[in-house]
Amino acid sequence: MGLLEAILISVIAASTPLLLAAAGELVVERSGVLNLGVEGMMIMGAACGFAGCWLTGSTFLGALCGIAAGAALSLVFAMLTLGLAVNQVAAGLALTILGTGLSGLIGAGFVGQRIVPAPHLDIPFITTLPVVGKLFFGQDGFVYFSILLVIAIWWFLYRTRAGLILRATGDNHTSAHALGYPVLKIRLLAVLFGGGCAGLAGAYLPLAYTPFFIPGMTAGRGWIALALVVFSSWRPGRLVGGAYLFGAVTILQLHAQALGLGIPSQLMTSLPYLATVVVLVLISRSRGIAGSAAPASLGMVFVPDR
Amino acid sequence: MKKLLMISAAIAAVAVAATGYNAHAADKLKVGFIYLGPVGDLGWTYRHEVGRQELVKALGDKIETTYLENVNEGPDSERSIEQLARTGHQLIFTTSFGYMDPTLKVAKRFPKIKFEHATGFKTAPNMGNYAGRFYEGRYIQGVIAGKMSKKGVIGYIGSFPIPEVISGINATMLGAQSVNPNIKVKIIWVNTWFDPGKEADAAKALADQGVDIIMQHTDSPAAMQVAAQRGILAFGQDSDMIKFGPKTQLTAIIDNWGPYYIKQTKAALDGTWKAGETWDGLKEKMVVMAPYTNMPDDVKALAEKTEAGIVAGTLHPFKCPVYGQDGKAVECKGGTHLAPGQILGMNFYVKGVDDKIPGK
Amino acid sequence: MQLVLEKRAERSTLIAVASPLIAIVLTLVTMSILFAILGKNPIAALNVYFVEPLTDTYTLGEIIVKATPLVMIGIGLSLCYLANVWNIGAEGQFLIGAVCGSWLAVVTNGTGAGYWVLPAMLVLGAAGGALYALIPALCKVRFGANEILTSLMLVYVAELILDYLVRGPWRDPKGMNFPTTAAFDPVATVPTLFDGSRVHAGSIIALLVVIAATVMLGRTIKGFEIRVVGAAPRAARFAGFSADRLVLFTFAVSGALAGLAGIIEVAGPVGVLQPGISPGYGFTAIIVAFLGRLNPIGILIAGLFLALTFIGGEGAQISMKIPLDLTKVFQGILLFYVLACDSMILYRIRLIATPKKSAPASVQGNVHGTA
Repeated sequence: MGLLEAILISVIAASTPLLLAAAGELVVERSGVLNLGVEGMMIMGAACGFAGCWLTGSTFLGALCGIAAGAALSLVFAMLTLGLAVNQVAAGLALTILGTGLSGLIGAGFVGQRIVPAPHLDIPFITTLPVVGKLFFGQDGFVYFSILLVIAIWWFLYRTRAGLILRATGDNHTSAHALGYPVLKIRLLAVLFGGGCAGLAGAYLPLAYTPFFIPGMTAGRGWIALALVVFSSWRPGRLVGGAYLFGAVTILQLHAQALGLGIPSQLMTSLPYLATVVVLVLISRSRGIAGSAAPASLGMVFVPDR
Repeated sequence: MKKLLMISAAIAAVAVAATGYNAHAADKLKVGFIYLGPVGDLGWTYRHEVGRQELVKALGDKIETTYLENVNEGPDSERSIEQLARTGHQLIFTTSFGYMDPTLKVAKRFPKIKFEHATGFKTAPNMGNYAGRFYEGRYIQGVIAGKMSKKGVIGYIGSFPIPEVISGINATMLGAQSVNPNIKVKIIWVNTWFDPGKEADAAKALADQGVDIIMQHTDSPAAMQVAAQRGILAFGQDSDMIKFGPKTQLTAIIDNWGPYYIKQTKAALDGTWKAGETWDGLKEKMVVMAPYTNMPDDVKALAEKTEAGIVAGTLHPFKCPVYGQDGKAVECKGGTHLAPGQILGMNFYVKGVDDKIPGK
Repeated sequence: MQLVLEKRAERSTLIAVASPLIAIVLTLVTMSILFAILGKNPIAALNVYFVEPLTDTYTLGEIIVKATPLVMIGIGLSLCYLANVWNIGAEGQFLIGAVCGSWLAVVTNGTGAGYWVLPAMLVLGAAGGALYALIPALCKVRFGANEILTSLMLVYVAELILDYLVRGPWRDPKGMNFPTTAAFDPVATVPTLFDGSRVHAGSIIALLVVIAATVMLGRTIKGFEIRVVGAAPRAARFAGFSADRLVLFTFAVSGALAGLAGIIEVAGPVGVLQPGISPGYGFTAIIVAFLGRLNPIGILIAGLFLALTFIGGEGAQISMKIPLDLTKVFQGILLFYVLACDSMILYRIRLIATPKKSAPASVQGNVHGTA
């Protein structure tokens, strides 16, 4: 296995939880809702995903538990922000506090337990192909799912009527409502979908990445996922680019450190953040505001009049 | 239905009120702990929590313990310590370096309360400090790594470049050099104590760069698991991590705080407690090595011999002369070996480390 | 039958007064149920959370200490959010403010410099925070780069800058090479106000900031401009207000306030520059800003309230042995109740027979709900 190939495999693995969580949040935001509670939903997904896998012995059921936990937490958010017109930013941050606490309580009993990590899909002959074999075909199921998810989201948003309605809801909920679309119901579904994705992203960590659970193991990845949605300008294609860019710089700076170049590690560690900022500035500069698909109603309270 | 629920909740509340709130027992010594991370971090804080549990087991009928977890080292810690002092805790352990000045401040305000601060260097008449000589364990690991590494390269995952981590890297190298003078080390700083994903990424990067033994100074078993997946070897940190790498772990440095907590609490109960400076190691069993596994018998014997030498005091990891990266011998302030102060505040790499300390 | 939300014709004063009380009662009921399951006393818990911290002068002081940076940062953020500018990076501006102010404390350490040091440090802290905040502001104005991402990412960079400085150039030479600067001289320290309490002069500055913000928002053209640009950008353009200039202005002001809070925290309660000087103040202050409805007085109350939940939660850990995670769950639930009850000031829930469609005329609040 060559070094380049090894690095690429690490990059894909490191980017996958970011991509999963960000893909869900992208749909949420496209519907006009800003849920800043991604970190909280992720850590809940991690705790419940691990618990589910440990109890059932199945990675798949564990992942489902993670999805369910993330979605359940997002339902609380939806009830508050959609049902009671509570400010979304505050509710999202409170959701993160709640999720951190709940996951700690749920996960406490599972700290130090061990599970069998998610299997890597080995396809006879294909996986053993040089370079591309392991890279494209030897990953775990979460990796393939994250790619399929983004493709599905793209197809849904741009190629289906339902996606069009969802985007319209995010861009102008007043008009969408006037046209007779159930704005709150659409947003509820989007929020639940986003919660499920965040839960799955969280579950990926203890189920496949580092097969054990400790509280707070998401370590801020939810925040990075939120930033990546912004980076993507709310476009699924660019989201993939952003997630892999962040993952790539993260992994590469570790490799550069191992070479002993003598560059302060603080500078190396800050590179993924700086790179994302610089690339965003460059993209924004060349495309201007026109390149952004920011939903116009993002974060705004909507209460239908009857 | 809703009303019924409300009524039953109210009844439940009253019922609990009638029975509860009996946690107060005036004649028991209250012992408090301040933790840096969550108790379930599987690393540093977890080992202190295990120590506290051992204390409760040993002296549970005479004492009552309290802990505050996830206490920020900045503005919050002084309040958290003072809150313990104000609520009748007579002996307070603060378990991270960053609590040193806050502990000192509170100790001055509460001269009758006994304070114990971990891994610092300041004391007061009512504030002692304690730490483990973890570098002793690192030296043994270095000897093992020097013997076991076929490629002669150790991969080292560092958290932050504090003296304890630096002295660990140096002790490892000195141990390894004692059996393989050409040993090399690759160091990655992850700038966190607590991010399993990042620790795993660092371990993968080291493995990809051809390292065949991984050593870590971060808390989680992530690096051990990566090593297990890659079929290379690794050392555990803080706890015995053999469960996460049955065929991978060579040994582990175990933080063993329980005996110290029991000893000091007993002293406080007897009225013999004095503020001291404790720096215990393998001999006093504050630092314990996990069983030597996954290595041939001759390496195991060498490791055991090294351990015995350190315990007996015939072998000191930082025996003079110690050479810095520039090849010059470091001033030897402790007679035959570096003085404790030189090790506690270590900020240079020994000869053979081909890297630079970040920020230096 | 269906429950629907309906906007009130006017704010309900009754609910506005009762809302915090209702929230606490609801939390109590939830707590009672949870505590009953856990076998702990809910009345005692209520006492520990909300009464004890308020009946002891020490804990009262600590609430003020904790609330001071939250209020100061929250006020700055509220200006941004009122103008629809999304500064998420106050945490980073707080840290850089602390770094810039500390620079003077480090270089004058032990030189016997006079009383000018502290004021100069505060100015440097505010300036540093403002300049750091201007990076995302300029990226937005000049290149159109979304400020949510840039300001958030710069938080992590700020943490690493601080980390580098205290481990390297600014390390205390007598500190055994641990990552901290030397303890600040008395002339570089924010004085405390009372004996036996950590309440410091910074709290007075925070109060002045609240007053200044109230005056600015209520009585000045700038305050009017902020609200117009935020609520009706198109109208603002017709009125000749420049959105770009306002982005720079609000970022600079909020950065300055966060930076000021940072240097006050370091020169006050902490006393040295070290990593971990902020337990996430910059993020908690976002909740404070919205909990206070982006109103200066509201932010003052919200900051004190949130500080109370932290201190009360710590008390519960000590006296009732309630794990930290459980206190976090309570904090989350309490915030939800407060937010939900608060929403009832503007809306009411009505039970209707069947949802009927009529001429669509939607109520469109903007991000800040009330403005």
